[in-house]
Amino acid sequence: MKKFGNFNIVALVIGFSFLYIPIILLILFSFNESRLVTVWGGFSTKWYGELMQNQGLKDAAWVTIKVAFVSSTVATILGTIAGLVMTRFGNFRGRTLFSGMIYAPMVMPEVIIGLSTLLMFVALAVDRGVFTVTLAHITFSMCYVAVVIQSRMSSYDDSITEAALDLGCTPFRTFILITLPIILPAVVAGWLLSFTLSLDDLVIASFTSGPGSTTLPMKIYSMVRLGVTPEINAVSTILVGLVTLGVISASIIGRRQKQNVIKV
Amino acid sequence: MQKIPNPFKSFFSGRLAVIAIPYVWLLLFFILPFIFVLKISLAEPIMAIPPYTSLLNWGDSWIPSIQASLESYLFLFSDSLYIKAYLSSLKIAIISTILTLIIGYSIAYSVARAPTRWRGILLMLVILPFWTSFLIRVYAWIGILKTEGLLNLALMSIGIIDKPLTIMNTDLAVYIGIVYSYLPFMILPLYANLEKMDMSLLEAAADLGCRPFKTFWTVTVPLSLPGILAGCFLVFIPVMGEFVIPDLLGGSETLMIGKVLWTEFFYNRDWPVASAVAIILLAILVVPIMLYQRSQEKAIS
Repeated sequence: MKKFGNFNIVALVIGFSFLYIPIILLILFSFNESRLVTVWGGFSTKWYGELMQNQGLKDAAWVTIKVAFVSSTVATILGTIAGLVMTRFGNFRGRTLFSGMIYAPMVMPEVIIGLSTLLMFVALAVDRGVFTVTLAHITFSMCYVAVVIQSRMSSYDDSITEAALDLGCTPFRTFILITLPIILPAVVAGWLLSFTLSLDDLVIASFTSGPGSTTLPMKIYSMVRLGVTPEINAVSTILVGLVTLGVISASIIGRRQKQNVIKV
Repeated sequence: MQKIPNPFKSFFSGRLAVIAIPYVWLLLFFILPFIFVLKISLAEPIMAIPPYTSLLNWGDSWIPSIQASLESYLFLFSDSLYIKAYLSSLKIAIISTILTLIIGYSIAYSVARAPTRWRGILLMLVILPFWTSFLIRVYAWIGILKTEGLLNLALMSIGIIDKPLTIMNTDLAVYIGIVYSYLPFMILPLYANLEKMDMSLLEAAADLGCRPFKTFWTVTVPLSLPGILAGCFLVFIPVMGEFVIPDLLGGSETLMIGKVLWTEFFYNRDWPVASAVAIILLAILVVPIMLYQRSQEKAIS
């Protein structure tokens, strides 16, 4: 490849430093002995030990994991269907509205989504709690899954599906036996994306949660408002580590899948 | 596949049911809530649970009397705070979109021109922060930017400055936070576009004597316009309603409408005004959102 000059190298070095230095510093100072986040007082893992003592934080983590697990699973099912509807169902009445409902939640400011969802729950007298947060998370996550599936389907070979249908396979069986195994890496990627989106969300959860359903980002946010502490750095490091592990393993699964396809 | 569709058959074959599942879900949990926002924006705040008056008053008659009030909207326009907040959000969103575009374009361009074997890992390095918690990434900047923070420590120890800079709690900190948080959203669509670009066009321009700089402006940039548009929408629209970044990094003089909405709702408990703020923000954003949707549909087909 030509034209990869000095400018490109400089841009990449500066760009990636900008993206990574804050996260690296955050991780580094979670191992700081000193309570001051900016002065290095020697290596220590005591803040991680302190985390284990923090019952509120553990409760919030548990709520968050439950919400993330359920919402990402439902969102993956709904989003996969939505992605197929967008790509394989041709033109149906109301298609423009449908694609609007898929794309809009991805850019819509979270305060609007949070407020509107909450006001509906209040007007319909639905008790706020884990359940309402989960419903709200499913709704925006499924749109991301739909887009992931949609882009996967753009390089999907329809002739295999047609062959199965011609040979008398029902559409549902064709989906389970043919389409789903082929698009599985995209489905897994969609699930992981929804899981992290739910794990991350502060604004929508703050609006839609009720007493007893404080999520981890809400807990971290209330801690951050009181000041920067090494404990927050420690929680953040654990979260960053988990997400990194997830993304790397997902990309390895994806790569292996690709190699298998090539071998076949 | 060329069969004439029979409406009854297609109904029973489940096609409609399959479309209906995600369709009804989104109607219920994405569209329907806006009707409630609109309704409550026309109500009046009261000290009760829920803290607003009901729009339809059934009384004794069969036909309800409607009690809509435009008071919340009139209030928004009478108090200059709200108009200033909308304008200030617009300014911050536009400037930060331009900054993100410049930085994002250089990174996306460099990744797309990197040797093929590096591209996978470079792209992954772009995506990784996108998966990492937004809140954590914003939080990371507090320790760097505050007065006794790492940036000031570093600059003072090298001797570039002798008094700490005040960056934290200013608009500058908000810009840094926004560019940092939204950079992956800009890079990904740009990269997808630049990577597909037909290099022979650039070679043709070079062969015909076009200088690299001119080739970039007259060939590369126009060809990457769809990516630029998608990236700008992905940054501009959510930033208009951003709450976390101005709240954690901005100061008291940083006015953004997302923060105003949050304050009205959680601190003042004025639900009708918060709803009116949301409705007007939505009205501002509806055109950009539709343009974004159209650009995405074009990209897919």
